[in-house]
Amino acid sequence: MSNSSIKHNVSRDFLPDFRNSGVIARVLIAVNVMAFGAAIGAEPSWPQAMERLVRAAAVVEPLLIASVVLLYLAAPLLARLAYLRGCVAVLAIELALAAAGDAWAAPAGATAPTSASGLARALLLAALVTIALLGYFRLLVKAYSPALAEARLQALQARIRPHFLFNSLNAVLSLIRRDPRRAERTLEDLADLFRVLMSDGRTFVRLAEEIALLERYADLEQLRLGQRLRISWELDSAPMDALLPPLVLQPLLENAVYHGVEPGTGAGEVVVQIARRGDRVLVRIENPYFGEQQQRAGNHMALENIRERLMLFFDAEARIESRVRDARYEVEIEIPYRAEPAPQPGSTA
Amino acid sequence: MSPLRVFIADDEEPARQRLRELLADLAAELPAEVVGEAGNGVETLERLPGSGAQVLLLDIQMPGMSGLELARHVAGLPDAPAVIFVTAHDRHAVEAFELNALDYLLKPVRAARLVDALRRASGAGAPERARLERVDPRAREFLSVPERNRIVLVPVRDIVYCKAELKYVTLRTRTGEHLSEEPLVTLEREFAERFVRIHRNCLVARAAIRGFERADGEDDETRWLVLLDGVPERLPVSRRQWPVLRDLAAER
Repeated sequence: MSNSSIKHNVSRDFLPDFRNSGVIARVLIAVNVMAFGAAIGAEPSWPQAMERLVRAAAVVEPLLIASVVLLYLAAPLLARLAYLRGCVAVLAIELALAAAGDAWAAPAGATAPTSASGLARALLLAALVTIALLGYFRLLVKAYSPALAEARLQALQARIRPHFLFNSLNAVLSLIRRDPRRAERTLEDLADLFRVLMSDGRTFVRLAEEIALLERYADLEQLRLGQRLRISWELDSAPMDALLPPLVLQPLLENAVYHGVEPGTGAGEVVVQIARRGDRVLVRIENPYFGEQQQRAGNHMALENIRERLMLFFDAEARIESRVRDARYEVEIEIPYRAEPAPQPGSTA
Repeated sequence: MSPLRVFIADDEEPARQRLRELLADLAAELPAEVVGEAGNGVETLERLPGSGAQVLLLDIQMPGMSGLELARHVAGLPDAPAVIFVTAHDRHAVEAFELNALDYLLKPVRAARLVDALRRASGAGAPERARLERVDPRAREFLSVPERNRIVLVPVRDIVYCKAELKYVTLRTRTGEHLSEEPLVTLEREFAERFVRIHRNCLVARAAIRGFERADGEDDETRWLVLLDGVPERLPVSRRQWPVLRDLAAER
């Protein structure tokens, strides 16, 4: 699977991932809030409003659940459409559901005459709610998009610290006479690392590629730090085909070395653990902790940026946490396991 | 001309190797001899005094103690060498640290720059402490205490109290005592966050204070003694400092 086949262009608009629990939760909450608002707006008193809300719920909730299920099923198809067509398709689904709901509700209320105006009202309401929600998701993506542009900048400015680059170049210089072959390999590693850092950061990569990058990076650090750096890789149950945003793991390993190994005069052990648990991918990176005073600045920026990008790619389904335990600093990431290109953050065919 | 005696302090072995190679390349232009190497600050202070080094090539980012702090301790040695700082910082960081006030080289080091710096440094003597303090005003991690022909490093976090006695200040740790020549006022100023004054002649580590004990003085005044973690001594609190300490105790 090549990168280009799963390219997601974030600068354009795209539909939300209807299979994401965060998206589903937002839809459920938003529609219910709107129904609540409509009920208290339409009735002068609380008891009447509550009564209306209960009546409305009998119609709204089945439609809402049907919408969520239908969009969930249609998500892969919708993701293949261009944004505007996708919106039209979603609107069509919702209108069809509203019409079906109206036809189904009419015989139940036998006394109410089935009128053309009733159907028109239902369709209009469904259209308004759908358009409002699509607009909301579009804004949401826009709000998180700057994180991507910033990520690239930060990758160069903050994550690959000048300190690391210059020390690595210095190490290569020291190798050239002693061990020219290793010097060559080291420059190749450095080139690979920078190629990824300068890539656009909007494509999902396979875990195997991200791990290869980690290993190149680790080789570079090993050359500089020698015996002082020990990395334990626990990758036996790592799902190599899992997809994740690029440059999520490398900055974490760099942090671990920078904050956990370099400040120590003795050997420091970094543990990199990647495993699959059911439909989740778990990553844990831990390193020695030297206390708040010895912590060098810049750690929070990297974590914040990774958090924002995980939000953009996985919404509420990703988790990132850090903590200090027994003089060790740990960062844990949990993301949904996906081996296929997912419709988030939206693909353009 | 006898070769210039150079000591290399850098925590990365490839970086030390690179400097050795450069010095060897420069042999015709400026004969130099590497008389010692160290991978961190503590090692440097152990090995440097006997080496007879005239110039110290000193990496700024080293574990345990920064090169800037190390230079302040080295300056206290008899026959202290001149110091050339070496750093992998970018220009921005160089400006932020006001390193321009010192002689420094950027990594990777160029032979031409190295030879210039060595020429300037040979015979220049150690950088002034005042200038080093200006460049790196942060509190030190260690206090250096000259003992015979060497420097003993006392980690500041191990010090329970500092007591001025005649000419010296006694630095009391859980395991022993050291005599320092630094005045109590400068210690108080530099380590204000760590130590609190309890008496005209005494600073104690805030974190080591376990409690206070009443002691009946000859005059009817109540006097207080401070109890400390890790040492049996009870130190008197002066009347003047008691309000400060009482507030400190109340905060906890």
